Amino acid sequence: MTVLETRSIADQPRYDCRDAYVETLAELAEADHRIVGVVNDSVGSSKLNSFRKAFPDRLINVGIAEQDMVGVASGLANGGRIPFVSAASCFLTARALEQIKADVAYSNTNVKLCGMSPGVAYGELGPTHHSIEDIAWLRAIANMTIIVPADPIETAAALRWAAASDGPVFIRVSRMSVPKVYAEDYEFELGKAITVRDGSDVTLISNGTVLWRALAAAERLAEEGISARVLSMPTVKPLDTDAVVAAARETAGIVTAEEAVSGGGLGGAVAETVVQHHPARVSILGFPEFAPTGSAGYLLDRYGLSAEGIADAARKLVTTGK
Amino acid sequence: MTLTVEHTTMPVLGRLPVHSSRAEQIAHIAEAAKQIRIQDLKLVHHAGAGHIGGDFSAIDILATLYGAVLDISPATVNDPERDRFILSKGHVAGALYTTLAAFGFLPVEDLATFLKPLSALNGHPNRNKVAGVEANTGPLGHGLPVAVGHALSAKLDVSLRRTYVLVGDGELQEGSNWEAMMAASQYQLDRLTVIVDRNRLQQGATTKETNDLDPLPEKAAAFGFAVVEVNGHDHGELLDVLSAVPFRPGKPTFVIAHTHKGHPISFMSNNVAWHHRVPDAAEYQQALKELQ
Repeated sequence: MTVLETRSIADQPRYDCRDAYVETLAELAEADHRIVGVVNDSVGSSKLNSFRKAFPDRLINVGIAEQDMVGVASGLANGGRIPFVSAASCFLTARALEQIKADVAYSNTNVKLCGMSPGVAYGELGPTHHSIEDIAWLRAIANMTIIVPADPIETAAALRWAAASDGPVFIRVSRMSVPKVYAEDYEFELGKAITVRDGSDVTLISNGTVLWRALAAAERLAEEGISARVLSMPTVKPLDTDAVVAAARETAGIVTAEEAVSGGGLGGAVAETVVQHHPARVSILGFPEFAPTGSAGYLLDRYGLSAEGIADAARKLVTTGK
Repeated sequence: MTLTVEHTTMPVLGRLPVHSSRAEQIAHIAEAAKQIRIQDLKLVHHAGAGHIGGDFSAIDILATLYGAVLDISPATVNDPERDRFILSKGHVAGALYTTLAAFGFLPVEDLATFLKPLSALNGHPNRNKVAGVEANTGPLGHGLPVAVGHALSAKLDVSLRRTYVLVGDGELQEGSNWEAMMAASQYQLDRLTVIVDRNRLQQGATTKETNDLDPLPEKAAAFGFAVVEVNGHDHGELLDVLSAVPFRPGKPTFVIAHTHKGHPISFMSNNVAWHHRVPDAAEYQQALKELQ
């Protein structure tokens, strides 16, 4: 074991996933001329300046016009291109929701939607800029794949998978810095949970920026003699129902923790599965309301999406029993 | 199934040879438009639903595009270099299906399934179910951005393939169209042609009474388009204009086709009631008589 691995996940170096995003997109674009970027003036906020420099004709900036942006991406796909739409998740998913439904999902066009700075990443900018609803909205749309990577390695792997797949994909790309959770040789597999820590008393299911917090929670629980399984669930749709049912069957209960609304997202998907296949106790952590003013870190802590908050939800499930 | 083969007997017209004269092409388009209207009337009457007013407003434009303008045939329907036609006013799907059948993209007998359970011929077109459909439209204001995206792909490919999109005039009240027009102009998409079915009627009133579009030519010109106005029921004018684009190098084209909803049926033409009214038996016979 390396020195790095003996430290708590919370003490490890942190990375902005947008760096992995732009690096991987450039690598993919270099290898495949069909790949283009499409933005709503979001060049800087998506960290795409270097991409624009390398591929000036292949970064299409429609200006601040999200409906047009997604429609244009659909038309580019009709012409054989593979568009990666890159825009703040709040505007991409809310402003262009009908285009995502009709022009991308229902039309089954090969469009990759990259929701930048999702969740509460914009912190103090407030609920207009928070994108806690995106997963719930897109989960309701048929023929939509939803991926929420947890670190730069998974972000890069998910992008490579998306470029190679044919059809609509939504990928969240966070600006909130996170430690690496995965080994460098990690390969993304659609619809598969990854057991990032084994355990038998309780299960923590998480993804995105909250996954490492769930791992930190499991470290705390271990010190108290509680064995917590941590499932990484990068694919919210289609969900790995087998892994969820196994967790419901084998442990005292499930805590879901995500940077999203507490209804309709990962927690909702897990609860729907558990209720129908193996009823068990589920505790859903997320945002039940418009968040008050505060930094992203403050807001995650406030709504129980901290190591201590997640551990506390797990303790309650364990002590009240199966 | 209430619709039988006797209701789907239109002839398949196909395309004239490329060297045909203008007069021959116009006659061909006129015959196609007539047959499409007769078939579409039957379709709507027997299905008991549809948007016949808008269908008849757009049929001369569709017949001209498929009959003599678009570089596309049933054999090249998946060719990457085909011209693209996007029907943004997706509610006139009946007119599109009938046109596709007239030119051999869709078996004529399939029209009998229009709006029936599990039919590929939904009330709004689906590209994954009907060959020749380029985009799943229906919600208004979607086709023009998709057309801009396709025209951009052609430009990136340094291809001469063209993109045509047909929008309703009422539909231009959707802001997404104007977003797309700004982008089309910014990217100098001169192989993109926007055709407006300018029948001046929307669902329940005139466009003027609702949210007036005029001065439409000036607005489109201000958004960077080369603007042309035509009689949208004159096959010669439509043919000349739609085959001649681009009019100005570097500029996308905006064709305002002046039309009448329900044209040319005496009791339907320019009558707002016929947005999605279905002709009863007497009206059906009367309309059929007028078309023949």
